Amino acid sequence: MPNPQTTNRHKPSARRGREPAHDRPSARAPVARGVFGHVGESPTQAQETEPITGTRAKPATEGAVLVTGVCGRLGKLLARELHRTDQVVGVDRRPFDDRPKDIVHHQIDIRRKKMKDIFRGRNIRAVVHLGVLHDPRRSDRDRHSWNIVAFQKLLDYMSQYEVPKLVVLSGANVYGPQPSNPQFLTEDAPLLGAQHFGGMRDLVELDMLAQSFFWKHPNTETVVLRPCHIVGRVHNAASNYLRLERPVMVMGFDPMMQVVHEKDVVRAVQLALRPGVRGIFNIRGPGEMPLSHLIRQVGGRPRLVPSSLAKVALDQLWRLRLSGFPSQELDHLRYVCMVDDSRARAELGYEPAHPIDRVLKDVRRLRYQLG
Amino acid sequence: MAQRGSIVPFAGWRRTRLLGESPLRQALRSVGDRVVRLAEDVVGQDLDARIAGIRTHLNEVGHDPFGFDPETSRYALAMAALLHRRYFRTQVFGINRVPQGRVLIVANHSGQLPLDAVMIGSAMMLDADPPRFPRSMVETWTAELPFISTLYPRLGQVVGSPENARRLLRQEESLIVFPEGARGISKTYDQRYQLTDFGLGFVRLAIETGTPIVPVAVIGGEEQYPSVADFKPLARLLKMPAFPVMPQMFFGMLAPLPTKYRLYFGEPFRFDGDPDDDDSAIEEKVWLVKSTIQSMVNRGLRERKGVFI
Repeated sequence: MPNPQTTNRHKPSARRGREPAHDRPSARAPVARGVFGHVGESPTQAQETEPITGTRAKPATEGAVLVTGVCGRLGKLLARELHRTDQVVGVDRRPFDDRPKDIVHHQIDIRRKKMKDIFRGRNIRAVVHLGVLHDPRRSDRDRHSWNIVAFQKLLDYMSQYEVPKLVVLSGANVYGPQPSNPQFLTEDAPLLGAQHFGGMRDLVELDMLAQSFFWKHPNTETVVLRPCHIVGRVHNAASNYLRLERPVMVMGFDPMMQVVHEKDVVRAVQLALRPGVRGIFNIRGPGEMPLSHLIRQVGGRPRLVPSSLAKVALDQLWRLRLSGFPSQELDHLRYVCMVDDSRARAELGYEPAHPIDRVLKDVRRLRYQLG
Repeated sequence: MAQRGSIVPFAGWRRTRLLGESPLRQALRSVGDRVVRLAEDVVGQDLDARIAGIRTHLNEVGHDPFGFDPETSRYALAMAALLHRRYFRTQVFGINRVPQGRVLIVANHSGQLPLDAVMIGSAMMLDADPPRFPRSMVETWTAELPFISTLYPRLGQVVGSPENARRLLRQEESLIVFPEGARGISKTYDQRYQLTDFGLGFVRLAIETGTPIVPVAVIGGEEQYPSVADFKPLARLLKMPAFPVMPQMFFGMLAPLPTKYRLYFGEPFRFDGDPDDDDSAIEEKVWLVKSTIQSMVNRGLRERKGVFI
């Protein structure tokens, strides 16, 4: 539902001004080459006489932030944090009923043509792409269409309308759990996540697409965030696993694990939105510990199952739709897949703020709420 | 959590039993403690104090990022101390040549099971003063083995990748490296004490991180499990680097033969130059280390009176 109070409140000229980049002067030029430039003086005169004020185009810091997948738990958290300082435009197929008043929400599929109208209609200063489909139950085709085709369209619009910032939430899973992994993976490590688990293929491809966009469009500051397992009140595989009373552990394996609080990830996205930040950043939580310790601290009791039996049983349960975990994900319970966040600390200024007790408390709280 | 009352007798027993430590774990702990006390009596050293002296770089939640667990290591050190002092009666020469701070300990590899690493490790923990806690770089395939993959990190072993080694050396830790790798440990008896090809990675690493290399000759490892052949088809089937055929197994002797171990620590090498130099330039330095270890081994063999004495 459009909100008449907030749409284009700061930018009366925007609706007319947003045209494809190739037939208009750069919208983000710092001085008066704005859309009304032809009415008064010539652009060069305006530049000389009135360099800062006047009818200039909005600089990069004064646009709206478009958040895809805003109705997920993480998206909502991010929107609630961002709307205090920025205009937020949310896009999701799901409704966003309890949103703050100044958030504009478009309940559409990002593959729709309407998406282009959003870019044309307002000054978008940044896109945060959270709308990634992780559901392993969906067919490969669905996932590909949603994750890759949709993302490609989004990137097309971004280059067409010269959006200066892109933040993509990838994940440490793209590196994949491998026995040969170093204890801490840096951003340069190869993305082998799909080697043993085909379901990861499109997530790896999405990460690659963002990387190629980074090189192809140097004017857009592209940031790829690869956090370790995000937990808290989100409904993802890692949180759901930790919420189980008796989670399965593979007998004889107890890898070191990293978890990060959802709010720390939200803060990392906010830091990534600052102008001047670009690149790939691993995001790590408040410290790593063996999986068994993690489960015990959440209050669960691990159920030790031999690897071969676990695989057969999980395959069968998956087929009968009794379990939400495909058996290939067992590798996460066997091998390390941890990240080194020194680059994020140095360049992004990121530091996990939530201690491990708080992280696990939030995981646990939802378990009791669910009963 | 508030205790909920129930009119059903013993309704809460299951919960209270499960919240505590399992009986099996309690039993293991008490057995472990006895082993530690026994080892302390035999060795005459305070093992717990030595374990407590280990300083690793703990993370924010108080764990070693590589998975080192002092609790498990105390039992392992007790077992290693018994092996070191009583079973193999290890003699250690020149341990004070190991410099403080970051160091790479490079040794010849032998004996089918990596007991040579255990002996070097226990020598560093028991004979060096102050005790040093060395980590050894293990083969990647051990990370695929159940139980081993849990045990090794808890004892401070690390999967052998250059990134891990670099990180540990920057933390001023000491690393045990066997540049011969699986080729060295699975040698047959006819090739005993002949060093096989060394990898080049350790010298590049030492140059890059400015780490001294201490050469170590291990005598006594080759005779603990004499192997007469390497049964390759079975090794391939089991995805192992080698499948040694050991005659003592046919007589039901699973334990290694009680050979006498001798460890010779040499003067440290300090290399400088370009870590990305050509292989030929690096090979010269590797050859220097290798020939030093080989000559130390030869001297050790000449000096010893017998395999078991």
